[in-house]
Amino acid sequence: MDLSTLTITAARKALDAKEYSALELTDAYLEQIAKKDKEIHAYLEVWEKSAREEAKAADKIIAKGKSKPLTGIPLAIKDNILVEGRTASSASKILENYVASYDATVVKKLKEQGAVFLGRTNMDEFALGGSTENSAFGPTKNPHDTSRVPGGTSGGSTAAVAAHMALAALGSDTGGSIRQPSAFCGVVGLKPTYGAVSRFGLMAVASSLDQIGAIANTIEDAKLVFEAIRGHDDNDSTSLPDSSIYGTKKRQKVIGVPRAFLKEGMEPNMLAQFERTVEALKKDGYSIVDVELPSLQYALAVYYIVNPAEVSTNLARYDGIRYGLSVPAEDISAVYSKTRGAGFGPETRRRILVGTFVLSAGYADAYYRKARAVRELIREDFRRVFESVDAIALPTSPIAPWKFGEKADPLAMYAADIFTVPVNLAGVPAISVPSGTVVRDGKELPVGFQLIASHGGEETLFAVGEEVEKAGK
Amino acid sequence: MSGVNVDIAALAKLARLEVGEEELAKLEKEIPSILAFVETIQKADVSKVKESHEMRNVMRADGPPAGGPHESGIHTEKLLSAAPTREGDRIAVKQVISRKKNRE
Repeated sequence: MDLSTLTITAARKALDAKEYSALELTDAYLEQIAKKDKEIHAYLEVWEKSAREEAKAADKIIAKGKSKPLTGIPLAIKDNILVEGRTASSASKILENYVASYDATVVKKLKEQGAVFLGRTNMDEFALGGSTENSAFGPTKNPHDTSRVPGGTSGGSTAAVAAHMALAALGSDTGGSIRQPSAFCGVVGLKPTYGAVSRFGLMAVASSLDQIGAIANTIEDAKLVFEAIRGHDDNDSTSLPDSSIYGTKKRQKVIGVPRAFLKEGMEPNMLAQFERTVEALKKDGYSIVDVELPSLQYALAVYYIVNPAEVSTNLARYDGIRYGLSVPAEDISAVYSKTRGAGFGPETRRRILVGTFVLSAGYADAYYRKARAVRELIREDFRRVFESVDAIALPTSPIAPWKFGEKADPLAMYAADIFTVPVNLAGVPAISVPSGTVVRDGKELPVGFQLIASHGGEETLFAVGEEVEKAGK
Repeated sequence: MSGVNVDIAALAKLARLEVGEEELAKLEKEIPSILAFVETIQKADVSKVKESHEMRNVMRADGPPAGGPHESGIHTEKLLSAAPTREGDRIAVKQVISRKKNRE
């Protein structure tokens, strides 16, 4: 088997045809991890022993002819998704030794399919950032150029798939955390419709934005993982009824491009690459129309109010009492502040403080409530545009993967999220598909093409995404 | 709102977050610049916006879950084992109400 070209679909056929066993497949990935991950640091922990046991169990299912799409498929799991009995740290010192007491619903669903869990992957602490540089355990390197970031926050998951250290992975996307690192690492990343996939067992960071999704080599593979994890869950009160997922709207082959919004700080050859892909879709018979979403100009600002506000409330639970790090002190309020001071990294602290400010009496109206109102304008813009187009195309990132340390100013890092955050604010699904490369310092770096659909429009993303995928080959 | 004055030390106290002197100085520059950046939303006209029912908190109903309540005690050990300090089947914490008056 050649891991560099292997897909879930191909592995499924080979496993069912007994060309190799699930154990052999898992061993091949473990070997690749042993060989490659010292350089990349995609994994925070590799679960060699249990992965082999899971593979053996998968082989038994396959022998009985009862395999499901992901039986025996080796996967990587982002470190903020709970797997019972396993450490889950969100790449934070505050949860360094936390052991999950239950399975996330997505993990339960993958276990029911007989999937193999290779390990937990690196990320920006509490999914705050865009480069994995905020991990408390050191950054992940981009497999295409190890002097550059893999993107974030699911950078460990995307680097693992890109470096053939997992066949697919789970990530989470609060403001682009699946799509942007997928673009930077040259893999497919899907952020499903808000509510399409249960977040039970995902560490809550910004609850009105967070969504679990799939990272894979191909659209077809991403779809298989999505199909396996989606569905209503009573344990997640925001999860949608199954009937509302997957619209059957007829496609008109019309793609909208918000031209006015594209000017925002794009590197010229990143824009040129985006235009090439748009042209390819045109040749495939799509009509490309200019669409206007005037409120997108506020998206970044709205996001950097709503996100910190929700972060500051959600992360209040990490106080050194029930779980995680606890710094002994003379009284309980000192235990709280010392534990949180020692356990949270710089970006997490920054967000907690900004969030505390925008929610504080006297400022909440001007910041948090105003941001919520502007968010409605953004949602309305999307609603209106999707009346006339199947999908909206945007670059995933305005810039190519940067070098470590290049974005020390928090605002410079935030600016890179310009094209991904509107999607989370609107709750719509989006996918990043690899489409060509740009050259930096003599190295070819992948570029991602982002497609956005209306609520429940994942099918549209897969259909149009496959055209983009073909054009890129 | 421009150039809003932010008392970072007071915020940190509200957020129950210990922040060192050096970091405090850094945050005193960074946080106002983040707030200045997000200020652009003040320009947006939201006079026609109605709070939609889509963006609301969703709580499950109070009461036992669909399958009935779980057997008492079956999760106790698992959950307590995560606690930093415990005494028997309780999580041990420092005294919450202090007898000393006018502290700090």
